[in-house]
Amino acid sequence: MMAMKQTLGILFQLCQSLLVVALAPLLTGWVNQCRAWLQNRSGAGLLQPYRTLRKLFHKDAVLAYNASPLFRTTPYILFGCMWLAAAIIPIIAIDLPFSPAADVIALVGVFALARVFISLAAMDIGTAFGSLGARREMLVSFLAEPALLMVFFTSSLISHSTQLPHIVETFTHHEFVLYPSLAFAGLAFVIVLLAENARIPVDNPSTHLELTMIHEAMILEYSARHLALVEWASSLKLLAYISIGIALFVPYGIAEVDNWHALPLAITALLVKLALAGAGLAVLETFLAKMRIFRAPEFLGTAFLLAVLGLLIHFLLGA
Amino acid sequence: MPIKHPNLHLEPMNGAIPAWQGKIADSDLQPICQNVRDGGGRLLALWGSDQRASQQGFALHTLLVNETGLVCLNLPLAGDHPVYPDISHIFPAANRMQRAAYDLLGIYAHEGGDHRKWLRHGAWHGSSFPLCKDFDAAQSRSDELDAYSFVQVEGIGVHEIAVGPVHAGIIEPGHFRFSIVGEKVLRLEERLGYTHKGTEKRFESMTLQQGAKLAGRVSGDSTVAYAWAYAMAAESVANVTPPDRALWLRALFLERERTANHLGDLGYLGNDVAFSFGFAQFWILKERLLRNNAALFGHRYLMDKIIPGGVTADLFAEGKRVIEEELAMLEHEVRLLRGIYDEHAGIQDRFIGAGRVEPKLAAQLGLCGLAGRASAQSWDTRVQFPCAPYDKLDVQMATYRNGDVAARVIVRFDELFESLRLQRKILVNLLGGDELARPLVQLPANGFGIGMVEGWRGEVTVAIHTDAQGNLTRVHPHDPSWQNWPVLEHAVLGNIVPDFPLINKSFNLSYSGQDL
Repeated sequence: MMAMKQTLGILFQLCQSLLVVALAPLLTGWVNQCRAWLQNRSGAGLLQPYRTLRKLFHKDAVLAYNASPLFRTTPYILFGCMWLAAAIIPIIAIDLPFSPAADVIALVGVFALARVFISLAAMDIGTAFGSLGARREMLVSFLAEPALLMVFFTSSLISHSTQLPHIVETFTHHEFVLYPSLAFAGLAFVIVLLAENARIPVDNPSTHLELTMIHEAMILEYSARHLALVEWASSLKLLAYISIGIALFVPYGIAEVDNWHALPLAITALLVKLALAGAGLAVLETFLAKMRIFRAPEFLGTAFLLAVLGLLIHFLLGA
Repeated sequence: MPIKHPNLHLEPMNGAIPAWQGKIADSDLQPICQNVRDGGGRLLALWGSDQRASQQGFALHTLLVNETGLVCLNLPLAGDHPVYPDISHIFPAANRMQRAAYDLLGIYAHEGGDHRKWLRHGAWHGSSFPLCKDFDAAQSRSDELDAYSFVQVEGIGVHEIAVGPVHAGIIEPGHFRFSIVGEKVLRLEERLGYTHKGTEKRFESMTLQQGAKLAGRVSGDSTVAYAWAYAMAAESVANVTPPDRALWLRALFLERERTANHLGDLGYLGNDVAFSFGFAQFWILKERLLRNNAALFGHRYLMDKIIPGGVTADLFAEGKRVIEEELAMLEHEVRLLRGIYDEHAGIQDRFIGAGRVEPKLAAQLGLCGLAGRASAQSWDTRVQFPCAPYDKLDVQMATYRNGDVAARVIVRFDELFESLRLQRKILVNLLGGDELARPLVQLPANGFGIGMVEGWRGEVTVAIHTDAQGNLTRVHPHDPSWQNWPVLEHAVLGNIVPDFPLINKSFNLSYSGQDL
């Protein structure tokens, strides 16, 4: 029985790991397609990110002559970090074998690790834009990280654990309760998600104006397979973030590891939730304009404030 | 008589724009310029010509404007050592024009503080001058590297960002050297000339008709303005007036060009603050207008529809109906979109206060055109010197005082609505039956004419000189971007680096038009 459960667990883990890698570009394609529809454009189609990846993998990479090994290895590290993060988060099932490897604090650490590498790689070539982007990325992320941690702490207080599986289990298995503290945490999380994934209003993923870029400025020097991995990692990061949101706030429908029959429902639920979240993201991005970069601290300060309010409300109301 | 000066004898020029010309001596250039400047006038253009073929050495032509009209000062220069007094301390905009005049013709502004090259990038030797009649292209080729000394800013934490000429998007090439501390811009220096194509040299080997095609391609987004200014200059040399119907059609084309460009720019300004919705909507409108242009006149941007002597495309009753419907649609849609722009807090937060050019600074530097009107510089050729048919249209000038990105957006919206109104009025007056053109075949010998048209960006000027056979010997197309590029350097001071693209777009200056 034990062995059976372990095998199933590995199968589920494998299933989720492959699913997220395959699904991530589709999510990006979906968000872009929704944005196109909202702007009265026909759009490039859901599969465009796959075509872009295919194109990039077929190209020859161009490297600056002064690029160090750090620059070359960063795309792999980045991709690895994001894949790991997406593998840890309970996306289709709760008790995945990888999950105990990292709790929410370590998860924030994994994201931070990727950020450190991409920022270093951006400065490695020595172009003005790389350093400019790295500098701005650090400005945004050092404000976003504490807010994210606060969001996690709010959920942890409710479930008495910093382990994501425990948090998800608490929310799915206990009877349905509305947590006011989570409402604040949820708002804060959306702001962090926008900032951390280089979305409008903090950054603009589709801009060609190099002086305004944050994330794009850091990866300007990448090409071909390196760029493909960086882009894929960005898609994975968006998927991971949305999955964290789903796990924390609407985990309903997720499967148990030993329940093979729940898997179709879990995947369907996941797809529906991702589609809704992606469409919501597109709506937000269509309504908002990009803010001046020095407004970002205020914006993320608001996220932190909201998350702290969530915590306080938990202590005051015990909910 | 627009200017009074004891040594200046002005003679009126023919043509649709009130203009005078006069020969002056070396020592009179600065006092006369100062006189015009003190009276609120501006420098419109500055160019040189090689007249050694007629034993007259070189000549410097300085085109000034005040509220009574244009004055062209012709200063003869020696053939062996052509120098003239610097006027860039009177008109700051003259700086780059003087440097370009040296690069192209070897005429030198003495006393001037800045003698760095401007249009020459190393494609030809510094000792050879392409616009000289004896220029030998094959002998002058050069492989030297383009060395240019930017002004350095020093201090703790100050560093430079070099942007362009190759950009992350598909736009025209220009190099921008920012000196920044943190995100704050301490200084911006532009380096242009990357699209120098030898346009002026090319004119000299062309017939009048070929020249009209080339004039329409000096700056593609202003093709109507250039073609009209060129035609106006040619008609001024020949002292003829095109048929009435042709003039009405020209005005219609010009207003359609203005509408198209304003629509496009308003979309771009939305896009630059990541408001892609606005971008998509405005560009749908622009596209509809361009398609109507193609269907009705045979070209999306109306290239080659204006020729010296008239126009080549007509508009019939059916076409009028199409345009009337389009104008009603644009009026409705743009009003909706303006409401969205005006009420969007995020957009207004980015627009207001960004890239401010105070009216005083604008006047000092000679900011002109649309950007000038957003900084209270009330110059509009259609209002001040209304050539036919603008004299019957009563154009309302749009001006604003704030001089920031928001002001330039407001002026664009106002001009857009005014342009729609003008088009409607033109359609009413556009009666059928008349001839479209009395084509000019040949120009008189040793003639000189000037045409000036208020393009969407500002006043577009073309000057034509003919030789003893009546062929084009020197054509100088002048874009308002010459005046406005230097002001952009001032507009970004104190702003933050990521706001530059927005500020730049709010001016939307021509590279091709100033690189020539």
